[in-house]
Amino acid sequence: MSTETNPTGGTKRRRRLGIRGREALWGYGLIAPTALGLGVFYVWPVIQTLYVSFNSWGPFGGLKWLGLDNYRELFKDEAVGRSLLNSALYTLMVLIGIPVALVLANLLNRRLLRGKSFYRVLYFLPVVTMPTAVAMIWRWLLNGDFGLVNYLLGKVGIHGANWLSDPNTALIAIAAVGIWASLGYNIILFVAGLQSVPDQLYEAAELDGAGPVTVFFKVTLPLVSPTVFFVAVITVINALQVFDLIYLMMSTSANPALPATRSIVYLFYQRAFMENDRSYGAAIAFLLMIIIVICTAVQFRLQKRWVHYE
Amino acid sequence: MSSRAMTTRRASIGSHAVLAVGALVMVVPFIWQIITSLKTIGESTQVPPGLWPAHPQWSNFDQVFTDLPFGSMFLNTALVAVGRTVAQLLFCSLAGYAFARLRFPGRNIIFAVFLALLMVPSYLLIIPQYQVIQSIGWLNTVQGIMLPGMFSAFGTFLLRQFFAGLPPSLDEAARIDGANPLRIWWSVMLPLVRPGLAALAVLTFLWSWNDLLWPLVVITSPDKMTLSPGLASLQSQFTTNYPVLMAGALVATVPVIAVFIVLQRQFIEGVAAAGNKG
Repeated sequence: MSTETNPTGGTKRRRRLGIRGREALWGYGLIAPTALGLGVFYVWPVIQTLYVSFNSWGPFGGLKWLGLDNYRELFKDEAVGRSLLNSALYTLMVLIGIPVALVLANLLNRRLLRGKSFYRVLYFLPVVTMPTAVAMIWRWLLNGDFGLVNYLLGKVGIHGANWLSDPNTALIAIAAVGIWASLGYNIILFVAGLQSVPDQLYEAAELDGAGPVTVFFKVTLPLVSPTVFFVAVITVINALQVFDLIYLMMSTSANPALPATRSIVYLFYQRAFMENDRSYGAAIAFLLMIIIVICTAVQFRLQKRWVHYE
Repeated sequence: MSSRAMTTRRASIGSHAVLAVGALVMVVPFIWQIITSLKTIGESTQVPPGLWPAHPQWSNFDQVFTDLPFGSMFLNTALVAVGRTVAQLLFCSLAGYAFARLRFPGRNIIFAVFLALLMVPSYLLIIPQYQVIQSIGWLNTVQGIMLPGMFSAFGTFLLRQFFAGLPPSLDEAARIDGANPLRIWWSVMLPLVRPGLAALAVLTFLWSWNDLLWPLVVITSPDKMTLSPGLASLQSQFTTNYPVLMAGALVATVPVIAVFIVLQRQFIEGVAAAGNKG
């Protein structure tokens, strides 16, 4: 019944809903597009992936219930163990970029420094460059025979490795590129964090005769620790999901360094798409999600020991 | 010169030295990319490498353009990026506003579900998302690439933080004037969260422009492809022809780099704002 044909009924209904009721209806209405989109494209896929991971994926897409078999297989699969190790090593190496970014941001934050915005633009360039291009450029720079990196190393008497096809160096080289590509992003976040530190604190520390190193550790670091924490959480979540860089820099699955660089997401891509075993792929993806949740939870727990909120 | 001024000066020279070395590490790869894109294959594999090509090989760029339907790839990438950005700004700001300023039963639970989605690896979603797009018949279409990325838990969370930071008196005053929430969202709230909207726009646009795996999975015909997977296909074709590969990478990245240099303040402030509210 519409309000037009029966105005009294309409107002009655309005009164029954009340201010709170109307506010709630507006609330549901405004979140509806996002809730629907996230429901269809994010929540439902998680549920479906969980379901598929308990089945086997037939050649024509039919599912057969397996229970925990895929997960048992995960723990026996050496490739899974190795990929988890690779992802963990990659994550640890990329974390080195955080102190580097913090030191550079601290230098950039000096009040009287000239050319600040010039530096910021240069450091930010890799962030706006697509990973496909970043990987391509660095594959060329790191080329064992004709790469610029080995040429420059040769100038100072170092014989550079075949970086991307040597299993001993490939993951290190990729992690270095990962740091290079995200450094500018972290610097911008740190500079923003540093700017919220009041100048009086620095002045007071200087009057007390503290040197720049002492000031950094006793004043700066505690005050930007919330930003450091945020950057660390984001870095770990992203690094555990590394795929693009490794996929592109290894370039072919025949690269001899692949077993030493294959991340957990790369393995998921191989099993789910190249070998078309969707249910095993789903189990790998779920394992990764559990690991990410655990790592994030651990970081949140540990933050109480070193992060200072005002 | 006082001793204090001397130390400041020395510290500033030291800072410049460190920052300049870092800046070189950031920029030299791009310079080397540009130089290589103008060399012949022979010149690119010379040992020791020459600094400048004898005759700039503009034909490397011709080869990129004849091999990739660059015009349509550029258009597709731009369409997808703009579509996702506009949609996220609209949907995330509506939802973020509701979560921050309206009270309704279940609000905290729904918001907690959104937050939990932030930890779900995006790769986990690809197969089911593919099946949804398949079932509505949008495989191999530009709108098929666009659709899932039009919604974002991160964007909703980010804008909610911005809306939550505004004083409560604002909507009370507007409500007494008889404005409904949609009206308040549009004319009172949105203008005040402009930094948040700029941040989300920058991040969504960049993410979309660089997205690799999703368009690779959804698109099969080259004329519907976006730049990132297109460039990757160039790599499998010209495996060691680095001058052509560098030319391709240059062509694919120059538009965003140009936009960035023009709007650098907005980019950098946007990223900083997103980090501070996150």
